[in-house]
Parts: sequence; C-alpha cells; structure tokens
Amino acid sequence: MKITAEQVDYVALLGRLSLEPEEKKKYLAQLDDILKYMEKLTEVSTDDVEPMTGTVELYTPLREDVVKPSLPIEEALANAPAKTGTAFRVPKVID
Amino acid sequence: MTDLCEMTAFELSRLLHDKKTSSVEITRSVLDRIEAVESNVHSYVTIRPEAALQMAQEADKRLASGNGHILTGIPIAIKDNMCLRGERTTCASKILADFVPPYDATVVRLVKDKGMVILGKANMDEFAMGSSTETSCWGPTRNPWNLEMIPGGSSGGSAAAIAAGEAIVAFGSDTGGSIRLPACFCGVTGIKPTYGAVSRYGLVAYASSLDQIGPIAHDVPDLALLLNLICGHDPMDSTSVPLEHPDFTSFLDKPIKGMKLGLPREFFSQLQDPDVSRVLSDARKVFESLGTEFVDLSLPHLDYGIAAYYIIAPSEASSNLARYDGVKYGHRAEKFDGMIDMYCRTRAEGFGNEVKRRIVLGTYALSSGYYDAYYLKAAKVRTLITRDFKDAFESCDAILCPTAPTAAFKIGEKVDDPIQMYLTDVFTIPVNMAGLPGIAVPGGFSEQGLPIGFQLIAPHFEEGRLIQLSAAFQKVTDHHLKRPSL
Repeated sequence: MKITAEQVDYVALLGRLSLEPEEKKKYLAQLDDILKYMEKLTEVSTDDVEPMTGTVELYTPLREDVVKPSLPIEEALANAPAKTGTAFRVPKVID
Repeated sequence: MTDLCEMTAFELSRLLHDKKTSSVEITRSVLDRIEAVESNVHSYVTIRPEAALQMAQEADKRLASGNGHILTGIPIAIKDNMCLRGERTTCASKILADFVPPYDATVVRLVKDKGMVILGKANMDEFAMGSSTETSCWGPTRNPWNLEMIPGGSSGGSAAAIAAGEAIVAFGSDTGGSIRLPACFCGVTGIKPTYGAVSRYGLVAYASSLDQIGPIAHDVPDLALLLNLICGHDPMDSTSVPLEHPDFTSFLDKPIKGMKLGLPREFFSQLQDPDVSRVLSDARKVFESLGTEFVDLSLPHLDYGIAAYYIIAPSEASSNLARYDGVKYGHRAEKFDGMIDMYCRTRAEGFGNEVKRRIVLGTYALSSGYYDAYYLKAAKVRTLITRDFKDAFESCDAILCPTAPTAAFKIGEKVDDPIQMYLTDVFTIPVNMAGLPGIAVPGGFSEQGLPIGFQLIAPHFEEGRLIQLSAAFQKVTDHHLKRPSL
C-alpha cells in the first residue's frame, strides 16, 4: 500500500499536526519506506490468532465511592499557558 | 583508591553503615564528577546540586539515628520522563520544556521514602522514542567510552551517567529496549522488569502496553536492591500486578549449575558483527564453566517483531500524545486561528521530527480502512511472538542472546535513516512485545574498545532467575568493573 500525499494530509489533520511542505515530502518518503517494511507482516498467517493488546490479565479494579483528596486548584493551574480565575483559558470552542 | 562516584550502591551502603563516609561526601563526589565531565557527556537535562545536598544531609541525619535503609543516602539519576514534583520534567521535548509536575511518580516517591538523593533528570530521546538519545530537544548525550558515539537510547542519559560516574544508580524506562540498549552500549547493567511489575504512575506514557520502568547500575547486586524498592502493586496504576515479589537479593548467591539456557536460532543467525559474536561466544563459555546447559531452540516469529512493534508502539503513542494540546500545560502556540489551528501549531512547534513521524505513522495505522491491515495484524503477530517465548520456556530456564546487533555507532550516523535506527532494536523489542523481563549485562568490548553486552530473558515475573544467572556471571568476569577514562 503506497501512502499518498493526501493521506499524509488527512492523517496530519487527525493527529492535529500542521506540517510544512518540506516536512510532508520527507515524511511521505520515509513513511513509504517504513510501510513497505511493514508488508513483511503479510508473510505471517494470522487466521485464528487472537490479537493481543497487552500482556497482563486486564481487570477493572474498583474501589469504594469515597471522596479522597484531589489536586488543589492552584496546583492544577500552575502550568496553564493561559488562565482566568479558576479556569484554563482557551480559544472559543463552539461558535 | 576508587572515587566514591565510581563505586556501587552496595559498596557505598557498607561504607555508610561503617561510618567511613557520608551521603554528603558521596553526593559531593558525584557532583564534582558531573562538573568535570558533563559538558562532554551531557547525561542530564536538569541537575539540582543544592536540593541533592539537602537530601544528602537529611539522609545522613536519618542514618545517624539508626533509621537508615540500605539505599538511604545513595545518589540516583531519574530519566526525564518520570515526574518529580516541583522540578521540571520535560521528556526531552519542547512541548514540555517548562512543565513542572504537581506530583511525584510512584517510583520517585519510593526513592524519597528511602532517603535516596535525587541528583537530577537524565537526558533521553524525546518522549522515549529513539534508540540513540539523539532526538532530545536538549541535544544528544555522548557515550562516555567514546564521545563521538551514541550512548544508546532512549535512556541514554541514565546509562551514560552511570558509566561516567555522574550517578551511582539510575532509573530508565524501556518500551522497545530503551534500558537494555543504552546499558549495553555504555557497559553498564540494566534490567527491564516484567510488564506490570513496576508502577507506571507518573511515567509519561509512550506506549502503554509496552512501557516499563527499570533500574540501571554498575552491577547486578545494585539492580537487585532497586528492584526490591520499585517492584510492587500500586493502586494508582491499574496495570501493575497485585503480586508479592521475592527479595531479589536472595538470588545473588544462588548457584546456577544445571540451569538451562536457550539459544534461539533466529537471534544468532541474524548476528553479523564479529565483535558481538565473539562476546556472545565468550559469555556462553563462562556460563558453561559455571555448569549451565544449553538448549537450541527456535523463535520463528522473531523476524516480525520490529514490523509489529513499529505499528503498535506508534499507534499507542499517537493516542497517548494526543493530550499535548496546549490547553492545560506545556507549550501553546502564540499565533493561531481558532481551536484546531491552535492544536496543530502547538504540536507542530512542540514536537520533534521522530515524534511527529511516529504520530503520523500511528494515526495512519489506526485510521479507518487501515486498522485491520496494520494495527490488528500487528496485534495478532504479537500473540504469535508471545507464544514462541512460552513454548521456548518449556525447555529452558532463560534465554541467552545479544542485546544489540553491533556496538555503539557514531552520533548522526543513522538519524536520517529511520529503518536502520529501528533495526537496532531487533533483539530487545520481542521482549517488550511479550511483556517478559530482560537484563543487559556487560560482556566485553569491541576491537575499538566499545562495550558490548549480552541479554538474558526469563518468563513472566522470573526476574529472580535473571539476577541469579547474571550475578553468577559477574562473580567470575570483570567487564562490569571497567570504567571509561574521561
């Protein structure tokens, strides 16, 4: 599967990354090489093989619904690029 | 007389116990060494001398009052992807250049609980994506054995600091080999525990099903001490396993006669480098002299490990790194036009090339229309690789193999050739894919004097076997005693 420039554009948008034209060209070439290498995987038969998403027995550890101390607001805001009062300030989300 | 900064935690602990030195003295020795060599080696992103000496003073008080632990007063370097409260944690990325965590990672809390001395945050590949520590936004770390060579990655700073005497012990993290590879290239000892053995709370996530924190030190006994500290269930990490771990130091003197070491055909047939072949062959002879037996075995899906990993890891990374959006912390672009543009510019400005490449690759592999062919396929191959190891361990106690296909290479040599860089991880990646524990042990040197090591792999939660085998090896060899001249 050869990756196209349009696909790189689409994927960059999904990944919220703006790429310069030279970057796009470079990534296109490198990704093409990488994906070509990935074709190796088609050599392996995986019919009837379950996919593995992790290596431990996953379970959902539950706890009692008891309020425990949380991060104080000033600490939560300490790294904020922009803040107003007790909130993070961001560009308008809904028009 | 050896400098304090070149001794092991065990040795220093004994000196502290016998009141022949103090934590302040040890810490000063390490800080002096840092001052002398750091401009050449660049192991650190952040060094905190005053805070470290403060911790050393407190450690000395604690030791004097008789409440000391064996690790109290020992200086440690912590890879810059583990949160240290109040000190910047950057993951070697511009996007977190000024990020100061409001909390400690669990492993950091454990270190503080025992009164260890935190020297600073070690350099790394950006967001742990790399095998050479060249993608750090702060510049590369150099191999203390030859400053033109890479130290390995992504925990290159941690490993180099140990080799250079800039730390006594260190924490690294390993997703595809990032503890074992730099340990190997820097001639030090490092272990990646079983997935789930050590809490990932406070470890900035790269690939959540593969990441694991582990110690790097001069020798196996120090690793055992640190494993005792950090292995254990943590309610803050739901992937940490509720398991009672053994006292790893109890494995240090166990004989290894009769243990079976598996030699995977595919690993050895891939070996082309004569230095690495020689070191593996020498290691084999040493184990033989200690009474181990060898079993020839096959891991037929080894060849597909890299392809599967470089789909799975970037896919998970594309998800994990979605949080860096300039909203709550980290870099935010100054000029943008609306919300989506803010995200796009923030991330474009904040991330380096390798990170962007992997985000694009991962997003592509997970996108509609490609998910089955790439991510799902890779996840199935992961099952096959895990099965290979399970079968292999039916006939052996541990697997002996190389850590890296070559010794360290030159800085800049592979930076523009991603696939060549990825191939460095051929022997380490399958271990993460299966979630197994793996240890990198110094085994010798190349013709050019660069360290080469070997790797041992054990079944899940059998770190004890790795300690046992490696400790026995280090009792009759001296590679781990060598120090670079800086």
